[in-house]
Amino acid sequence: MTKRIDVNNLNVYYSNFLAVEDVSLAIEPKSVTAFIGPSGCGKSTFLRTLNRMHEVIPGARVEGEVLMDGVNLYEAGVDPVAVRRHVGMVFQRPNPFPTMSIAENVLAGVKLNNKRISRADADDLVESSLRGANLWEEVKDRLDKPGSSLSGGQQQRLCIARAIAIKPDILLMDEPCSALDPISTLAIEDLMQELKDEYTIVIVTHNMQQAARVSDRTAFFNIAGTGKPGKLIEMNDTATMFSTPSEKATEDYISGRFG
Amino acid sequence: MSTTRAASEVTAEGTPLTAHTERAANKIFFGLSAASASLILVVLAAVATFLLLEAWPALTDSSGDYLDKVAWISPEKGQSLIEIAGYLIFGTVLISTVALLIATPLSIGIALFISHYAPRRLATGLAYMVDLLAAIPSVVYGLWGGMVLVPFLQPFYQWLADWFGWFPLFAPAEDGTVSATGRVALSASIVLAIMVIPIITAVTREVFLQTPKLHEEAALAMGATRWEMVRMAVFPFGRSGIVGATMLGLGRALGETMAVYMILSVGLSYSWSLLNASSHNTIASYIAAQFPEANTQGVSALIALGLALFVITLLVNMLARWIVSRRSEFSGAN
Ligand SMILES: Nc1ncnc2c1ncn2[C@@H]1O[C@H](COP(=O)(O)OP(=O)(O)O)[C@@H](O)[C@H]1O
Ligand SMILES: [Mg+2]
Repeated sequence: MTKRIDVNNLNVYYSNFLAVEDVSLAIEPKSVTAFIGPSGCGKSTFLRTLNRMHEVIPGARVEGEVLMDGVNLYEAGVDPVAVRRHVGMVFQRPNPFPTMSIAENVLAGVKLNNKRISRADADDLVESSLRGANLWEEVKDRLDKPGSSLSGGQQQRLCIARAIAIKPDILLMDEPCSALDPISTLAIEDLMQELKDEYTIVIVTHNMQQAARVSDRTAFFNIAGTGKPGKLIEMNDTATMFSTPSEKATEDYISGRFG
Repeated sequence: MSTTRAASEVTAEGTPLTAHTERAANKIFFGLSAASASLILVVLAAVATFLLLEAWPALTDSSGDYLDKVAWISPEKGQSLIEIAGYLIFGTVLISTVALLIATPLSIGIALFISHYAPRRLATGLAYMVDLLAAIPSVVYGLWGGMVLVPFLQPFYQWLADWFGWFPLFAPAEDGTVSATGRVALSASIVLAIMVIPIITAVTREVFLQTPKLHEEAALAMGATRWEMVRMAVFPFGRSGIVGATMLGLGRALGETMAVYMILSVGLSYSWSLLNASSHNTIASYIAAQFPEANTQGVSALIALGLALFVITLLVNMLARWIVSRRSEFSGAN
């Protein structure tokens, strides 16, 4: 199920503003890839081009290609809706649907595109997804309560359950822990380790310890100054990146000398 | 830091913790808002008292011939105030409800198009035009409705009765025809619908625009189409806003006088058919028509009818509040 991503010479624009310039990188299947870099360097922007979520923003567009197992996501005829069913996304702030119960939240994506699902299958899927997100034990007695009644960390895991319920190949996470307390953060980091057996995971984080803890490979993005485009500086195995980075800028950022 | 000090000595960037100026401003603001709130209550109570006092003779006079003394009753001689009120309440609620059944889906569609589908510039222009519709006086709607819209709609009414006459609302008269003038309840409803569309659209549009980006993106990110996103994130979030907007529209439709007065060929009956003339009337238009010639008792009876309208509007609002508060646990507000 899990897939690899190859990005070739990708530029991302917001109208005329070039936000990310000439990024080429490869993301391996069944691994965790972390994007780090100072705020505003285009990590979120770039991440969103991997499931065409940037298209939600008026004026945002890309040049270049993003290949998922060799298929260009930007080829004419590729439906962004279909892309997003293969490439799920978890956001910075937990965003369960407040009008839906916990169980309904998990099933929200499954019931899209006119798919029907039997009651028993639905119950099974709710359980397996919530188990997959390490949330089942905490919520199994109140599946019909609103998703917004959970704590922030639980809500974020509910969002992960909702994302994996549609069985994507790739899971994108944009600073999934930055709104959470340290204990919830640990719970989600543990979860990522389990999820990478089945999914390709890409995580944006501004927390370098987190990148070092959870990821197999790390990509460092940087920006020359405000108004300048963000660029990929280097990408390597996480251990190498944090011990012997090849670029001076990476070393400075990692050792906390700026950013 | 180890010694304790009086709170007024502790400073954060130089300001003592007991900031007197802010408290005073707080108090003034509280006073102002409390005063405005009670003013509304006073006005409401004053209106209710006025209606009750003035309507009292008509409500309490049980001598059967009371209404005979009421000059304006002449065409309906022999009917009691209660009977007339029954017809009028029926007509008012029927015409307004049909108006809302037409206006609400259209308004939601327009609002959604403006907020989520149309390109920016088109959306702005459209929103502006809808707002302009709200500025047209109801007399103008009445004139236009009576002179242009009604003759235009009449052939359509015959068609409606021919094909859907089995449905009570579209039933023709016994000989199978509908009113030749088109001055029927459905015409009044349609013009009322056009009049309330701007209000409902404006309110729902604002509510739709406030849908949290977070929830819209949540839906889109799991592969929802735009319409699915709307159903998943926009409608649930805007539900109470839609109900509120509809009730605002209903309030206007219930009380609208001129347009109905100028379009409807009036009558008193419990007919469900929207296509027959001289079958319905509304409270507001009845009052407007009868008031100029009413004697003292007549005015009292009319005010009793006004009281009935007031109560209906109040009930509608309470119903709306109840609908909005239901399932508030699941509302978008938390
Ligand atoms: N919706 C948007 N419209 C226009 N510019 C944007 C938008 N979102 C982000 N940007 C710009 O793109 C650049 C990269 O932003 P972002 O991807 O959010 O950075 P990061 O996630 O690394 O903090 C910034 O200069 C930001 O101002
Ligand atoms: Mg970001």
